[in-house]
Amino acid sequence: MLDVLNTTTVEKRNLAPRDSRKTIGTVNVPNPRMVCRNVNVYYGDKQAIRNVTIDIGCNEVLSMIGPSGCGKSTFLRCLNRMNDTIDNCRVEGDIIFEGNDIYDPSIDVVPLRAQVGMVFQKPNPFPKSIYENIAWAPKIHGIVESKSDADEIVETSLVKAGLWEEVKDRLDQPGTGLSGGQQQRLCIARAIAVSPEVILMDEPCSALDPIATAKIEDLIEELRSHYTIAIVTHSMQQAARVSQRTAFFHLGDLIEVGKTDDVFTKPLHQLTEDYITGRYG
Amino acid sequence: MNNSSTKNGSRNAGRTIDIVNKGLKRRYRKEKRFRLYGILSIAASAAFLAFLLTSIVMNGYSAFLQTCIRLDVPIEAGMIDESNPKRSDFQGIIKSAIREYYPDVTERREKRELYSLFSSGAAYQLRNNVLDNPPEAGATLSLWVLADDDVDMLMKGHMKRDVPESERRLNDRQLRWIEKLENDDRIEKRFNTTFFTSGDSREPELAGIWGAVRGSFYTMLVTLALSFPIGIAAAVYLEEFAPKNLATDFIEVNINNLAAVPSIVFGLLGLAVFLNFFGMPRSTPLVGGIVLMLMTLPTIIIASRAALKAVPPSIREAALGVGSSKLQVVSSHVLPLALPGMLTGTIIGMAQALGETAPLLMIGMVAFIVDIPGGFTDPAAVMPVQIYLWADSPERAFVEKTSAAIMVLLGFLIAMNALAVVMRKKFERRW
Repeated sequence: MLDVLNTTTVEKRNLAPRDSRKTIGTVNVPNPRMVCRNVNVYYGDKQAIRNVTIDIGCNEVLSMIGPSGCGKSTFLRCLNRMNDTIDNCRVEGDIIFEGNDIYDPSIDVVPLRAQVGMVFQKPNPFPKSIYENIAWAPKIHGIVESKSDADEIVETSLVKAGLWEEVKDRLDQPGTGLSGGQQQRLCIARAIAVSPEVILMDEPCSALDPIATAKIEDLIEELRSHYTIAIVTHSMQQAARVSQRTAFFHLGDLIEVGKTDDVFTKPLHQLTEDYITGRYG
Repeated sequence: MNNSSTKNGSRNAGRTIDIVNKGLKRRYRKEKRFRLYGILSIAASAAFLAFLLTSIVMNGYSAFLQTCIRLDVPIEAGMIDESNPKRSDFQGIIKSAIREYYPDVTERREKRELYSLFSSGAAYQLRNNVLDNPPEAGATLSLWVLADDDVDMLMKGHMKRDVPESERRLNDRQLRWIEKLENDDRIEKRFNTTFFTSGDSREPELAGIWGAVRGSFYTMLVTLALSFPIGIAAAVYLEEFAPKNLATDFIEVNINNLAAVPSIVFGLLGLAVFLNFFGMPRSTPLVGGIVLMLMTLPTIIIASRAALKAVPPSIREAALGVGSSKLQVVSSHVLPLALPGMLTGTIIGMAQALGETAPLLMIGMVAFIVDIPGGFTDPAAVMPVQIYLWADSPERAFVEKTSAAIMVLLGFLIAMNALAVVMRKKFERRW
């Protein structure tokens, strides 16, 4: 699959023309976890996302790629309403999670974010101990009541995040004292401590070296069996390595979405092909 | 092509390095000059500060000493009222003791001049002494009584002995009497406990700072109790919860403006609202504290908002991302990180309030108050007002009292700022 990226000759296929802005490929999946229909996002007067329609399947890794400023991060942040914190941001359209539109006024954002967790671009552990970093969220949600419950959640989360062996002797040390890759895995452990359904990752490896990146990618592969993961990445190799489906965004439009293998080997849109073959981006 | 570009590049590089070298000296000169300006301005401010402090200390240190005269007071039968010792004529006892020491003074006018060498507080000293340990009849008490402020000034060298009689407040006769005391070793400068234990007085030798310290303490307590919670709550709401719209912009502009309003305006407001409208008692720490609260609130709010702004937004996103409510974000993560800055702002605001005079003048805290305040609704003075009052007094002895009071006030301010530094160090998270 990776060899494909390096192949310069691509067989002649009928590609959608460059100026076509319609989403092409397979938007729907059977038994989706999240369903997005005609999502539009505006920052003030400026429209950042136009009419994005996509399903996110159960236990799949959906990667979103595209050149800078194409709206992939904005779209990701819509999925757990992190855009609410931006003052002039406005979201239209339907994002259905567990049968409800998450932007419905009756939906409480606090339980939503407990079910749709997020890992950010820059590792951002709390300036507290490693233990506190993990145990805080279960505590505020009332998932844990006793100290032993908390201990257990801390351990299982760190084990799942592949960090337990490295930090089990210094749980009381500050989380900010870990290395960048460890911090990011701590953030992932923090996100899975509340047992979310979906984990959103916004370029989780962009601040990490290749070894730490490889560890996170292995981790994503393991987490897939329990969680649905949507990941934004700048690295097409990473998208090809970790994801089952890939969505290509361009200037606010979802251009193409499909099985990762198909998108990278037989793209249906001229823009996609140009991007994955490195003609721009 | 590759070759020529290298050649071109190297020629360019040579030229560039020449240009850089040419300008280098000038650049370093500029930097040196700039550093020199910095050092000069620091030296200048240090010199001014040193001058100020030296002049205050030189003027004020002598106020911590007070001239006292040892007086033998014979207690004869009948002098002390046995049934009610408090009502004895202590003034008369002191006068007779003085007459006994100067047997040759007989004329009425001379006697008056003689008595005036002793402080009117001498009678109270005797009274306290007698009430504490009642003496037996026939005993002689040896008391160090306070000298009058003119004698004090003479002993401290603020009044010259060799100038013509008409130019000093003590006449030649009085100087001779003082010389007699000196020859008998009955006059000396002792540590001035009165200054630290009593309230204001018309007599400089009886005036003390304690009333003003207590007044300042009660006033600061009211200010702190009100301005800290209100200021922090306002800052947190405005920074973390309030929507950004015209109303909050308006509030923000007004808070910044309030910080620049002359403090006397707050005093006028206190006079109009708290004294006239609500009828609160005038000259009290309660009203003073509320007025100073109004004055320090903008400072605290602005400092607290700056501290909140300095908390990295990634921490807020992290907490929101695991599904915490805004309040949980603020109370668990943002406030602990912002607290050192908030405390610093509060203490700086309090220090500012401690040194504030003008608004308190308007609400009557400039009154002459002898009693030491015992609570929030007792009339009281505060330290800066006390300094103002003493600086305004004509007696020479109040000059040193003024400087001494300034030293006490500065001591409190330095202590508060040190506390701010210590608190910041203690609560600051170093990770």
